[in-house]
Amino acid sequence: MTAVRIETSGQKRPADRGGSAEPMIQIQDLALQYGDKPALKGISMTIPKNRVTAFIGPSGCGKTTLLRCLNRMNDLVDGVRIQGRILIGGRDIHDGAMDVTELRKRVGMVFQKSNPFPKSIYDNVAYGPRILGSRSRSDLDATVERSLDAAALWNEVRDRLHESALSLSGGQQQRLCIARALAVEPEVLLMDEPCSALDPIATAKIEELMEELKSRYTIVVVTHNMQQAARASDFTGFLLLGDLVEFGATETIFTTPADRRTEDYITGRFG
Amino acid sequence: MSWNQTRRKAVSGLVVGFCAASVVLALIPLGFILTYVIRNGLPALSLGFFTQMPKPVGEPGGGMANAIAGTLILVGLAALVAVPIGIISGIYVSEYRRTRLASAVRFSADILNGVPSIVIGLFAYTAAVLPFRRFSALAGGLALGIMMIPIIVRTTEELLNLVPGALRDGALALGASRARAVFTVILPAALPGILTGVLVALARIAGETAPLLFTAFNNRFWSTRLDQPIASLTVQVYTYAISPYDDWHRQAWAGATVLIGAILLFSLLARATTRRLERMHRT
Repeated sequence: MTAVRIETSGQKRPADRGGSAEPMIQIQDLALQYGDKPALKGISMTIPKNRVTAFIGPSGCGKTTLLRCLNRMNDLVDGVRIQGRILIGGRDIHDGAMDVTELRKRVGMVFQKSNPFPKSIYDNVAYGPRILGSRSRSDLDATVERSLDAAALWNEVRDRLHESALSLSGGQQQRLCIARALAVEPEVLLMDEPCSALDPIATAKIEELMEELKSRYTIVVVTHNMQQAARASDFTGFLLLGDLVEFGATETIFTTPADRRTEDYITGRFG
Repeated sequence: MSWNQTRRKAVSGLVVGFCAASVVLALIPLGFILTYVIRNGLPALSLGFFTQMPKPVGEPGGGMANAIAGTLILVGLAALVAVPIGIISGIYVSEYRRTRLASAVRFSADILNGVPSIVIGLFAYTAAVLPFRRFSALAGGLALGIMMIPIIVRTTEELLNLVPGALRDGALALGASRARAVFTVILPAALPGILTGVLVALARIAGETAPLLFTAFNNRFWSTRLDQPIASLTVQVYTYAISPYDDWHRQAWAGATVLIGAILLFSLLARATTRRLERMHRT
């Protein structure tokens, strides 16, 4: 081994990092095809509650597709076929009794490119609660404040809640999107490369936020950035060409990967 | 400077010059029309033109108050017909863009856009004049509205397609239904552009004469009744322009000036509205 390892042991970590936790999401033999092109080939994994789980892998490996399965965002894509089961909190998300609105209330999502609506900051955060029927002004006010606070944005925007969300900086917009997702009080937060368009300072803020949020939410994050996975996640899954090559505690994946391909990828030999 | 560089500069200069010449050429007719109309029309314009009724032949003065009101009513009726149908069809075509019905609607809209306005007038005549045995403002509004529909459908579609898919994903990921995502996020994001499209369409049909000739017909008197023939600036200008009287010719020039001025005003209004809405979205 001549390649440089990503240093993970020197960082400050909570004692229970990795460790045992109760399962939140169980994926069983999940296969997905776009037309006749397989994108995910029989993936099984258990994502623990109140932990940050990262999916890593080269472009086109299926990590974003896998993430989008968890809140059924692939439903709208033409020609998608999905097999296998996904249980979130013990309930099958493809069950006929499971309403997709209810699923997405429980499983929030933050996208790669921040996508605030061209509305005020307030209306962005209140969008989800309003869908769920919340009309009372005082309830909404409280929800907006709580969510912006949880996304570490409240102090920066408290005096300009009714200005357009598009007037915020890139990092602020992404935190606004996190606040918007948190406003419906989800159990799971999916993040699709949430920092790929952000500078290092904004990225650090989001990573800090993930660490804080995991006490209340189960976080699943897709990332291109292996340092980020090493820094910010408790568990890591490595995907390659639609297969889950390896899944385990982040520390293990980055220091003693079991699979040769994982090692090659994290040491930067390909990808 | 090397020969090659000199050559490239020369070619670049030539192309830029050609483009500039084309722009000037394209603007020349507009310039001529505007100066001609304004030079002939302005002297005939007075406050009375806007407030007075047409006078009989031989009596000097008089105005086109009835025609101005008539044009406003006709354009308003057309908007009532075309805006809801056009925007809703535009939403359908944009949302279900790969379906057969969507391509059919798109194709029909393009065909309809190319139908000569006199033919649309004939259609409105058959549909709304013959059954009631009476020319009416309603029939005129219908004809103009039909002309507006395809413009609004295509503008709406194009502008909705420009809204980033990420916004739709964001709304859906929060549990919004598809319809809700369209009406609360996507349509509002495209609205400034759609509004401009509507105003441009209004400006265009406000200048139509042919579809009104045998639908709204014309009216020498003040009328705001929708079931009666109604005057319009364009038909009035046409009637006066082909008359043998100098007084009426002057009135026709004045009418044309007012018409062009109104359309210019509409276009400016459209641009101002777009800017204001865009600013509201940004800050």
